[in-house]
Amino acid sequence: MVKKVFILLMIILTGLILWSFVPGYESRTALPEVSAHYVEKGPEELGAANIVTAVVVTYRGLDTLGEVTILFAASAVVGLLIHLNKNENKRRREGSEILRTGTALLFPLILLFGIYVFINGHLTPGGGFQGGAIIASAVVLQVLAYPNRKIGHGLLSVIESLSGFTYVLLGAAGVFLTVNGFLDNRILPLGEYGSLLSAGLIPVIYTLVGLKVGSELSSVVISLNGESEEEQL
Amino acid sequence: MTGTIALITGILLVLIGLWGILTNRDIIRMIVGFSLFDVGIHIIMLSIGYVAGGTAPIIENLSDIGKSYVDPVPQALVLTAIVIGLGITAFMLTYAVNMYEKKGTLEIDKFEELKW
Repeated sequence: MVKKVFILLMIILTGLILWSFVPGYESRTALPEVSAHYVEKGPEELGAANIVTAVVVTYRGLDTLGEVTILFAASAVVGLLIHLNKNENKRRREGSEILRTGTALLFPLILLFGIYVFINGHLTPGGGFQGGAIIASAVVLQVLAYPNRKIGHGLLSVIESLSGFTYVLLGAAGVFLTVNGFLDNRILPLGEYGSLLSAGLIPVIYTLVGLKVGSELSSVVISLNGESEEEQL
Repeated sequence: MTGTIALITGILLVLIGLWGILTNRDIIRMIVGFSLFDVGIHIIMLSIGYVAGGTAPIIENLSDIGKSYVDPVPQALVLTAIVIGLGITAFMLTYAVNMYEKKGTLEIDKFEELKW
């Protein structure tokens, strides 16, 4: 009973804290100075149509590097903790006929869509993280359809390490080749505005991020499925 | 108006998530509550970056520069926050799996080691 009163009290108090935003809230009518610079100068400076991508990959690229690192840490910790507690492998029921056929049909299409999303990250809504998550969802489908199939982490960790390493190398190349330094996207020509191969380094970095996030999330899913890494993919 | 609706939705989601975390005894349900909490905070952050009448900050033609767009910075921040939230959720699920392997149950009341 006391517990319930405390829970109610806590929810009401949190609600009061958050509610204090509401009466004074007005939608902005103009952008703050920094964002206004991003929106007005961004397309000319970086050549990216999607300003969010420009902010994520270039203006605040260091944050994204940290974000990718945290995701790497999360997937490493998941692999570590699950691996320590490996118990005897129980046979699990295979997915139904419908699920298996559907997986065979959809798996390549979902992969293709994931790749489309991260390659077009600088033009349309989307990008490396979103594309990577879509690729991982294809792996989820695979795991659901064949829960007993062993998938090795070997290839996934090679893709992940290589793309992460190349990302940092390309970022460091900006220090030597451009004025603005680390993670500047202008070490490649900006190209024609709005075409696929434009915006300098942004599509390259987002492809690497997409591969890295995709393989990381896939290895999280495979680890959570609880299979050991006895066979290579 | 749109911004206010988004703000209130976000606040409600945060409260529902908090309620879910505090009242459920099942660990998986607590994790679901955490995810709701997370989404609520993201919506609150997005509502702060909303500009009345603005559209998504994707500029298809260079001639569209100068039109009204919403703030891209909170959107980029929320993208980061979603990814971090995903990492944390995977971490919590791993703990849930490990706890289940130890005791064969997901009821939080059965784990008494740290209870005082």
